[in-house]
Amino acid sequence: MKIDADHARFRHIVRGKIKENLKRFITKGEILGKKGKDVVSIPLPQIQIPRFRYGHKQTGGVGQGDGEVGTVLAPDSVEGEGAGQAGSDPAEHVLEVEITIEELAEILGEELELPRIEPRGKHRLEAEKSRYTGVHRVGPESLRHFKRTYKAALKRQIAAGAYNPDRPVVIPIREDRRYRSWRVAWIPESNAVIIYIMDVSGSMGEEQKEIVRIESFWIDTWLQSQYDGLEVRYITHDASAREVDRHTFFHTRESGGTMISSAYKLCAEIIKADYSTGEWNIYPFHFSDGDNWSTDDTKACMDLLKAGVLPHSNQFGYGQVESPYGSGQFIKDLGEAFPEEEKIVLSEIPDREAIIKSIREFLGKGR
Amino acid sequence: MTLPRYLAELQQEIEEHARSLDLDFFDVVFESLSYEAVNMIAAYGGFPTRYPHWRFGMEYEHLKKSHTYGLSKIYEMVINNDPCYAYLLEGNSLVDQKTVMAHVYAHDDFFKNNVWFRDTNRKMMNKMANHGTRIRRYMSKQGVDPVESFIDNCLSLENLIDIHAPMIQRRVREKRSQDQCRNTTKPPAEIPKLPVKRKYLDPYINPAEYIEAQQKKLVAERKQARRFPPHPERDVLLFLMEHAPLSRWQRDVMGIIREEAYYFAPQGQTKIMNEGWATYWHATIMTQRVLNDAEVIDFADHHSGIMGTRPGALNPYKIGLELYRYIENKWNRGRFGKEYEECTDLDKKHTWDKHLGMGREKIFEVRKLHNDVTFIDEYLDEEFCYEQKLFGYGFNERTGNWEIDEREFFKVKQKLLFSLTNFGQPLVAVVDSNHLNRGELLLTHRHDGTDLQLAWAQATLESLFRIWTRPVNVRTVLDDKHTLIRYDGKEHTSETVSATDDPYEDDSD
Repeated sequence: MKIDADHARFRHIVRGKIKENLKRFITKGEILGKKGKDVVSIPLPQIQIPRFRYGHKQTGGVGQGDGEVGTVLAPDSVEGEGAGQAGSDPAEHVLEVEITIEELAEILGEELELPRIEPRGKHRLEAEKSRYTGVHRVGPESLRHFKRTYKAALKRQIAAGAYNPDRPVVIPIREDRRYRSWRVAWIPESNAVIIYIMDVSGSMGEEQKEIVRIESFWIDTWLQSQYDGLEVRYITHDASAREVDRHTFFHTRESGGTMISSAYKLCAEIIKADYSTGEWNIYPFHFSDGDNWSTDDTKACMDLLKAGVLPHSNQFGYGQVESPYGSGQFIKDLGEAFPEEEKIVLSEIPDREAIIKSIREFLGKGR
Repeated sequence: MTLPRYLAELQQEIEEHARSLDLDFFDVVFESLSYEAVNMIAAYGGFPTRYPHWRFGMEYEHLKKSHTYGLSKIYEMVINNDPCYAYLLEGNSLVDQKTVMAHVYAHDDFFKNNVWFRDTNRKMMNKMANHGTRIRRYMSKQGVDPVESFIDNCLSLENLIDIHAPMIQRRVREKRSQDQCRNTTKPPAEIPKLPVKRKYLDPYINPAEYIEAQQKKLVAERKQARRFPPHPERDVLLFLMEHAPLSRWQRDVMGIIREEAYYFAPQGQTKIMNEGWATYWHATIMTQRVLNDAEVIDFADHHSGIMGTRPGALNPYKIGLELYRYIENKWNRGRFGKEYEECTDLDKKHTWDKHLGMGREKIFEVRKLHNDVTFIDEYLDEEFCYEQKLFGYGFNERTGNWEIDEREFFKVKQKLLFSLTNFGQPLVAVVDSNHLNRGELLLTHRHDGTDLQLAWAQATLESLFRIWTRPVNVRTVLDDKHTLIRYDGKEHTSETVSATDDPYEDDSD
């Protein structure tokens, strides 16, 4: 259709705007929670053509119905902010653009210059949708190719001299019938799992969790675009660890102390139980404020990492958010314990502004 | 696509009914389209041949989305053209198609007869295709980006046209006033003097030197005040076409945008009347002529859907229809004129009926002569306001809610009229193209109690700057202070200016 060109042009502009504002989206976390299954919806106010116009809030308007002076009107019944009374131009509403997660990941990749990930491990075979690729002489009647059948019959009749142009009756017989046929294609599929681990002890505040939430959104988005299948698991820990669902992960708050080893132990167990077949690309990410209970526990952590986590993982990410209560010691311990280990990525995230840098550190290695 | 036989037969039937009810219309060409095609054509404002621009793509996405989510469905579209083009959504039920056809014939009648449409181009379908070709040609010559962003700039000023221009020959008057302008170097007749209580003191309080100095000052001021254009020019796009430093293709593109803006303006000016008229007639034709027993419920269901109101938005279909019926009833019973107006006996007024039967005739006259502003101004009275439960609402800053703030007839009406004046757009005019003697452009906004949205105004000035290429200013009132908003290509400023010499004052019309 003719509109497709204009529509593509509009999408192009939308892409440009998202790119321009990506940094703001990341630091403000504006588009979290607007994520659907395959699409993210993003509010883009600046895409409209500016005009001299009145603010609707100042002019108000005229309506119809019951109610005394002072009666409150339901906000969604009031004509859009700024849209004049007579002209209800639909383009005047704040524009919520939908963009696929793939596209968003692509933009993220371009802006942060993230390398594509080369999946490791065996490629699991997965059945792909069957496609109609050819025509066969046998098949079910429901797939009969009428035109081809007719042509075959016509050909046969002409060849046999049975065709009379003055009385063009073409009657297909059994041998003339043609059927659509399909082929099942098998394509390789690669799978990944992200295991998020977060410290939920008393020292992690709301702001720290928000940072983790934003960062995990973008890690999800990127890894989802890199693999055919993506699973996400969540572990929270204070003095002990448990596996939780996404909502609980971001909304629990405990007051206990911190034993990081408990979480690593659980993580290693999960890997062993569900993802040890070598077909999985495993990404554990641990977010904490860097406080651990004791040096003994820290030592236990290192052993667990070495034995149960690192050998199976593509990469282990440790993000340390700054909190007023945390000592921030753990990142130093990790650095000292694994000075040469390439699979470990350490990142400090003092505030929201640092999220972008941190994403780049985590995903910039192309593992 | 040509109309399927069963729809073509329906069209014939409806057309005959419309004609026998004295509707007077251009021939209608119906096309039956899939919803995708309808959405596409709607995105192009009804013209499938329009020039390429991203906003049509945006509009299309919006329509497609609200269609998918079931928020809106376009039943019909009508194009003011001779012949009149109208689009039907294929797969609609028969009763819907009939209703839409009846609706379309009334729109067509309105386009043909309403005086505000008199000067619109009736071959717009061809014209739009022509515009499309020209713009595509510029795009292949100049590149898509420069042409598109120039169109963006023009569209930003699209609402700054003089909607009364087709009715008035302003240019003739301007010629005369230019002559007056030349005379302004003459000293004015009266030199302002300091007040004198006793006559004999005059030479001492107002000595000759003082008078002379005053006179010189006045002449200088007048000279300063001599500006171009001599009168505020409301057709900002025309002014820019004639005086901004544009290349030939830019001038042509701006002309195209302006022409289309003028073409669409009457539709914005007569929304209530036009939709009300079409609704009046589809209801009349369907209920009195067309409907069979089996269709009544479906029709009633859909018609009441069209009539639905939300508290915070006036439904033009509803209010228009009700007002036509109200007028028809009044003129049928002779409830107008001096005798009726001056009658103070409420009982008598209530049962007033002179059996004049002039209602139909009257509403035909109304549809010929009025636009929304004059329609409301002339016929919306206290009784109607009360019957229709109209109210004014506003935003309560304190509570953060939208609230009903007015039930009093006069004020409600005023608010409604304000929202319709200049089809709800701010009145902005060019007053000086050599502001501060530095080639800056000065616009003025006629403030009617409502401020411009500053952020939007500033973004608009940026567009204007890209066309004018010198600093641009607009005079307006913000928070009760006369303010000059300015953009010089780098930064936005706004400063408070004196309330006097508001340049709009000398142009009273």
